[in-house]
Amino acid sequence: MTAYLADVAALTRKDLLVELRSRDTVPAMLLFVVGGLVVFHFALADDSSRLASAGMLWIALLFTALLALVRSFVAERDEAVIDGLLLAPCDRSAIWLGKTLSVVAFLALAELVALPAFALFYEPVTWELVAGVALANIGIAAVGTLLGAMAAAARARELLLPLLFMPLAIPLIVGGVGATLAEDPGRYLGFLALYDLIFAILSWASFEYVVTE
Amino acid sequence: MIRARGLGRRFGDKRVLAGLDLDVGSRELLLVTGPNGSGKTTLLRLIAGLIVPTAGEIEVDADRAHIGFLAHEPLVYRELTPLENLELYGRLYRIPERRERIGMLLERFGLWDARHESTAALSRGMLQRLALCRTLLHDPELVLLDEPFTSLDAAGSELLLDELTDDARRTIVVASHQPERLGDRPTSRLALAAT
Repeated sequence: MTAYLADVAALTRKDLLVELRSRDTVPAMLLFVVGGLVVFHFALADDSSRLASAGMLWIALLFTALLALVRSFVAERDEAVIDGLLLAPCDRSAIWLGKTLSVVAFLALAELVALPAFALFYEPVTWELVAGVALANIGIAAVGTLLGAMAAAARARELLLPLLFMPLAIPLIVGGVGATLAEDPGRYLGFLALYDLIFAILSWASFEYVVTE
Repeated sequence: MIRARGLGRRFGDKRVLAGLDLDVGSRELLLVTGPNGSGKTTLLRLIAGLIVPTAGEIEVDADRAHIGFLAHEPLVYRELTPLENLELYGRLYRIPERRERIGMLLERFGLWDARHESTAALSRGMLQRLALCRTLLHDPELVLLDEPFTSLDAAGSELLLDELTDDARRTIVVASHQPERLGDRPTSRLALAAT
């Protein structure tokens, strides 16, 4: 178990270091999410409902996440580094977990900017919203990393990933918007936690079969 | 060490390997030759376990921890330094005394002074040297080399030949268009024909 966690830590550290050096993903996410919220602000009427503004936030977060997911396995596929990782004697699910944790970190960074921007343009940020976003991050990263690995092998990965990911992200949007607006957010937060648990286990268990023949 | 019977591999409609029988003993050096598209790389990837055969069977008496694979690409991250790349692989292979082993390889392959540089800034020859360091890092029993002399200068080729000829503990499979560069070491040969 200690060795597994050490592998995960080494792989996560590697992804963070690669992003720190290349700055390919996070700056694009920040620009996209802030730009999206600004545009939505002008698209919505002044008297638009809380449901509309919450929906806009979650759509902006979801599309921002896609930017991270599309790029999540670019280095591994373009330079074939995935072969090197697959040959290493570590448990292959550690590759998925390391990548998932780095995607969660990228999403959290984007949301550190997105939530204050949401508060500025729309309405105050509540703890329910923060909890919903944190739980949704786990689900987005868990499912998206698995699908990102599948899509990375295809030439049309920018098209394939959204096609695969969007249907599976609908429950996250439902749970996220519900947690933001409902009088009883606990039910929706529980739903998001359950989604995270189920899809994290499925993705963890199936990653090896996705990246190997 | 390696035993294949009726080994075949197709990619879609294209047949790359068919009906290949192969026996490679422990500590043997097998040279695989053949024109482009004859399946040399595919054979190495089958031996490494990176792909599975579509016909026949292959048995390799070495698990992932004991296989070193030098591919066409160096299999390293361009954004990391050579030292960081080898550190990553060293951790994943759980190499004891990792730092000493990495330092020794970097010295041996002339990369010590470039250890903190960006891998993206390395020349093609230096990248190949780094790829060799990665391949040999965990002291593998079975070494698979795909066109190992590509981009290597005379000094780099000498280093590689030293590695191949000095260390008779390893089983080595080399796919190369330049068999004459392997020197005098006794080799078995497998000539693949274009399919």
